[in-house]
Amino acid sequence: MTWTQYLPPLLKGAQVTVMISLSSIVIGAMLAFAAGIARTSSNRILSGIAFVYIVLFRGTPLLVQLFWFYYALPLIGISFDPITTGIMTLSLLTGAFGAEVVRGALLSVPHTQLEAARALNFSKTYTLWHISMPQAVIEMMPAFGNLAIQNLKDTALVSLISIADLTFQAQSMRNITLDSATVYTLTLVGYFIIALCLMLVVRFIEMKLRRGPAFPRSAHS
Amino acid sequence: MNPIIRFENVTKRFGALTVLDNFNFEVGRGEKVTLIGPSGSGKSTVLRILMTLEPFQEGHLELDGISYHEPNGHGPFKASEKHLHKIRCNVGMVFQSFNLFPHMTVLRNIVEAPVAVLKMKRDEAESRATELLRMVGLYDKKDHFPSQLSGGQQQRVAIARALAMRPRVLLFDEPTSALDPQLVGEVLGVIRDLAQEHDLTMLLVTHEMRFAREVSDRVCFFDKGRIVEQGDPELLFSNPQQPRTREFLSSILGEQAPARESLQRVP
Repeated sequence: MTWTQYLPPLLKGAQVTVMISLSSIVIGAMLAFAAGIARTSSNRILSGIAFVYIVLFRGTPLLVQLFWFYYALPLIGISFDPITTGIMTLSLLTGAFGAEVVRGALLSVPHTQLEAARALNFSKTYTLWHISMPQAVIEMMPAFGNLAIQNLKDTALVSLISIADLTFQAQSMRNITLDSATVYTLTLVGYFIIALCLMLVVRFIEMKLRRGPAFPRSAHS
Repeated sequence: MNPIIRFENVTKRFGALTVLDNFNFEVGRGEKVTLIGPSGSGKSTVLRILMTLEPFQEGHLELDGISYHEPNGHGPFKASEKHLHKIRCNVGMVFQSFNLFPHMTVLRNIVEAPVAVLKMKRDEAESRATELLRMVGLYDKKDHFPSQLSGGQQQRVAIARALAMRPRVLLFDEPTSALDPQLVGEVLGVIRDLAQEHDLTMLLVTHEMRFAREVSDRVCFFDKGRIVEQGDPELLFSNPQQPRTREFLSSILGEQAPARESLQRVP
C-alpha cells in the first residue's frame, strides 16, 4: 500500500472533522455571545446562570464531558447520536471559553463611551448593540481565532465516541497497515492545513472589521 | 420664576470621601453659570449628578420640576431606568474627552440619538444635524470619522451631538481642558454663540477665567464640596470677598495671564 492509498479514507475523515469543527465554532460563538452578555448583565439570575455554565465547562476535561454526554446522559433517558453529541459538547466548551472573551471585550470598551451613551439617553440594550458591541467585536477577533483553532484540535477527541473523524480514520489505517509514521504524518499535515484555513478566515474577518478610518489602530497592529 | 435646577442639602460621598456636603444650589431658567474651583472641589460632580452619571446619598434634587428620586425607587439612583430616562430628556452634556463614538461618522454621531431615542425620522434628523454642523462650522466633515478630526473639531461635533437632543440644560465639563492651546479658541467660540440663546440653561466647568467672565451670568467658586462664594463675574473676579477665592484666582490668573501674553507675542 503506498501513501496515496491512505488519502481517500483520511480525506473522508477530514470532512467529518471540518463539519464538526465548523458547526461547533458557529454554535459555540452564539453561546459565547449569549453567555458573555449575560455575564455583564445587571440581572443577577442571568449572570449567575452564565457563570455556572462557564465555570462548569471550563473546569472539566472535554474527554470526560464527551463521555458524560455519550454514556451517562442516556441513563436518564436522554440520548443523541454520536455526531450530535460531539457537536453539542464542543459547542458548549467553545462557548464557555468564548463567553469570557466576549465579556472581556465588552468590559474593555472605555467607560466614557457608556457615559456618552447615557448622556444621549440611549437605552441599555441600544447601548450594548450599537455602541459597545461594534467596538468590542474587533477586540474579540484575535482571541476568537485562538479558540477556533483550539476547537479544531479538540475535535480529535470525538473519535473516542466512535465518530469517524480524521483521527479515527488515522487509527483505523494504522491498525490495518501498521505504517504509523506515514499515517500520523499525513494526519498532522491534514490538521495543520485545516487550522491554516481557519486562521486565514479569522484574520480576513478581522481585517474586514478593522478596515476604514473608524479604527485607525489597524495601521499598527 | 421657579429655578430649573434645585439642589437641596445634597450630600455625595465616594466611600469615606465626602465630595458634596449639604450642598444647596439653584439655577434659573436660561441662566449661564460657570463653576470654578480647585480640582476635587466637587464642581464636576455637580454636573455628573445632574446627568445621572452619579447617584447621591442624601438630599433632594429637581430638574425642571422632576425629582431625581422616585418615591419608591430602588438601586443606587433610587429611581427606575424609566424615570432616569425622563430626567435625561431635559439635559445634555459635553465631556472633557469629547467621547464621540469612534465607529460612526460625524453625521451618524449626531443623528443616532434623535432617531433611536426621540424616534425622529431619519431624514428630518439629518437635516437638523446638517444645520447644527453648519453652526459649528464642520459641515464639510460630516462623512469623516472622529479619528480623522482634531480635538477641537471633535469637541465641536460633540456639542452639535448634545444639541441635537434639544436639551433645556446643557452641561459642559471642562470642554477645553483636553485641547491643545491653539484649538481652545474654536470651541470657546461655539460655546460663546450658544450663550446667546435665551432659553438654554448652561452650566460650565472651566479653568478659562477670561471666558467665564465673558459669557456667564454668575460664577460660583467651589471649595471642598461647597460654594464658598458666588456672584456676578465682574464683581467676583475684580473683588473677591473670601480669602480662598482670592488665593485661587491669583494662582490661576497668575498662571494664565503671562501665558496669554506670550501667545499673543508669537508673530
